[in-house]
Amino acid sequence: MDFGNILVNALGELISPTTAAYALAALGLAVHFGYAGLLNFGQAGFMAVGAYGFAIPTLSFNAPLPVAVLIAVLSSVVFAIVLGIPTLRLRADYLAIVTIAAAEIIRYVVTTNGLTNVTGSANGLAAFEGGFFGLNPFPARTYQLGPLSMNERDLWIRIVGWSVVVFACLVVWLLMRSPWGRVLKGIREDENAVRSLGKNVYAYKMQALVIGGILGSLAGIIFTLPRGAVQPANYATELTFFLYTCLLLGGMATVLGPVIGAMIFWVVLSLTQGILYGAIEVGAITFLSNAQAGQLRYILVGVALMLLMIFRPQGVLGNKKELAFA
Amino acid sequence: MITLSTPARIRRTLLLVLGLLLAVLLGAPAAQASPHLPAPPPQQSLPAAVQAQQFDYRIGGVLRGVDGPIADVTVTASGNGFEGEVTSGPNGAWSIGVPEQGTYEVTLDEETLPEGIALAEGQENPREVTFANTSSATTLFLFGEGIVTTQASFLDTLAERAVAGFSFGLLLALSAVGLSLIFGTTGLTNFAHGEMVTFGAVLAFAFAGAGLPIAVAIVLAVVGGGLLGYAQDAGLWKPLRRRGTGLVPMMIVSIGFALALRYVIQFYFGGATQQLPGSQSQMIDIGSVSISRNNLTSLAVSLVIILLVAFLLLRTRIGKATRAVADNAALAAASGIDVDRVIRIVWVVGGMLAALGGILWAYYRPGVSYNMGQQILLLIFAGVTLGGLGTVFGALVGSIIVGLFVEISTIWLEADLKYVGALLILILVLLFRPQGILGRKERIG
Repeated sequence: MDFGNILVNALGELISPTTAAYALAALGLAVHFGYAGLLNFGQAGFMAVGAYGFAIPTLSFNAPLPVAVLIAVLSSVVFAIVLGIPTLRLRADYLAIVTIAAAEIIRYVVTTNGLTNVTGSANGLAAFEGGFFGLNPFPARTYQLGPLSMNERDLWIRIVGWSVVVFACLVVWLLMRSPWGRVLKGIREDENAVRSLGKNVYAYKMQALVIGGILGSLAGIIFTLPRGAVQPANYATELTFFLYTCLLLGGMATVLGPVIGAMIFWVVLSLTQGILYGAIEVGAITFLSNAQAGQLRYILVGVALMLLMIFRPQGVLGNKKELAFA
Repeated sequence: MITLSTPARIRRTLLLVLGLLLAVLLGAPAAQASPHLPAPPPQQSLPAAVQAQQFDYRIGGVLRGVDGPIADVTVTASGNGFEGEVTSGPNGAWSIGVPEQGTYEVTLDEETLPEGIALAEGQENPREVTFANTSSATTLFLFGEGIVTTQASFLDTLAERAVAGFSFGLLLALSAVGLSLIFGTTGLTNFAHGEMVTFGAVLAFAFAGAGLPIAVAIVLAVVGGGLLGYAQDAGLWKPLRRRGTGLVPMMIVSIGFALALRYVIQFYFGGATQQLPGSQSQMIDIGSVSISRNNLTSLAVSLVIILLVAFLLLRTRIGKATRAVADNAALAAASGIDVDRVIRIVWVVGGMLAALGGILWAYYRPGVSYNMGQQILLLIFAGVTLGGLGTVFGALVGSIIVGLFVEISTIWLEADLKYVGALLILILVLLFRPQGILGRKERIG
């Protein structure tokens, strides 16, 4: 068992594009749930809208990169509004069920065979990332970043992905210390009190849903670019639940919490995978197959989500007074 | 419910539960390898027939008749200056590697089909297969009479779909009634209910695999489902209620529990789909409607059980107490009802109903898999919400509507979109009547 290698792999997860995508999507959830108190269980749907909104125009009518990104973002805005109109007046648990149902509708629609020409059905779409990597200013060679080595594509997607994360964090931070953000937090604490001050609660909630949704769709794009493929199976409800785990790990009403939460989530997953697979390889663990070791990690995710919620709902960074629920 | 106990005690209980979970996990060595659970994931079984070619792209499919996979059938693909031939493997799978994406003409050699099996009517052969920007393209050839597209009259089709939908709706109702009772008495939206459904089917499969007759296996599995409900309430939900945990945190805890339970099931059961004994049954014709014997049995069983639950709720003391707790827990406690006991019973009954629902769902799909409960969780939610969260008879009515809608919509919609319709009405109902069909307005708060 090569501990050095396992550690380097885990370290690599700290800055991997998938971690960036998770951080961004979890930041969107922080806007929804942590700041506005909206229990959105459909973040996977927003990510799918972003990913397909980016891939379909690129492949179907050869849209250039900025146009494709714009279409993805606009589709997520439309999705948020369509979702928000019937649901934002509802109680939290109804909202949760409706958003999770809407995300599943998106997944069923992109999976259906009737739309194979557009969405590629269950196989998904591929080969739409050319435009993005065409902008890569780094010449093709191996780059060394501390103990991590990567090619020019890996470097480019990491730089872009994390720049988006940093920018999004900055925007959310500025928003939440603005008067707008204070109203939003007021809605989370007591909707009726804010309403009695003459604020249009519904409009504020809708704006929060749209902003978090845009972050989700950008996360969807960053998630698919390094894979060069978008597949509907990636956007199942479990993705949303993993994002909630990240969010709760870091702290739900914080800006950096979701980012740190996503980092911890992926580093721990990578470490446990490395150690379990390593132990199986050298024969230290004989009662597990590799597939079972993989499932064991997700059992741990579930248990971690329960324990976090019960014993430390404010996460690593959060403030217990600033929870979306009493 | 109102009394708060020390956090240390809750911590102890929870640690105990987690300890048990770990002990179960580590104590049972690689049960996946045991003889009655031969469970290679389906993805891994495909390459058995895969022809060893080093091309990046492939066209493939699985040949399956009424009696199971069809082996040794020759399939050819030609196009783009390439021609490839392959015979299907023992599991019916075939796959041809092709050098580039594009359109290929795929031909199934009907001469090589076993006797008595022919392509279904309307199945194109040869046919064109086009890659949709992916590395593999799938095409399915359908066989046998079962799939022959007959020109039945619209009313006959409608009646047939309606009967199937009624059967599906009633099996959804079994789980939905449990979910609704739990919501009504505790306020918890239980996302782990789907796993309770799966648990029942998996238990039935395990007991049947251990050599028990299927009827005994089903009864034991339902009892097992009740035990799961009991253990859940005793080990997790009651301590949380005593702690005064809010409803939203409890909902998120139930998601964590659902994830953990789902992967525990997969850990033991594997990723493959297995069949319960007797999953293939003949069709019975009633008038112009034909329904499979299993569906008919499932319909009868769920109807009887639901009537029984309704009777218990309306006519017995404990049923009355349950309705009282659902209506106002504090008032019920004040009038001498042991609220915790009622909730415990509700969890046990909910677990049993979910397990039975899972077994019927395994016959309806057909097949047992680790994520089968997750697939209908949202339909159960749709049924419960349609009828009105927390109302038991609403859950029944709502589930039947969902079941009918899912099946009848397949007349116009593609089969892989049939759940979309049900989820759409869920959203529409919330738009126009958020309290559901039978719910009272105040419930949405």
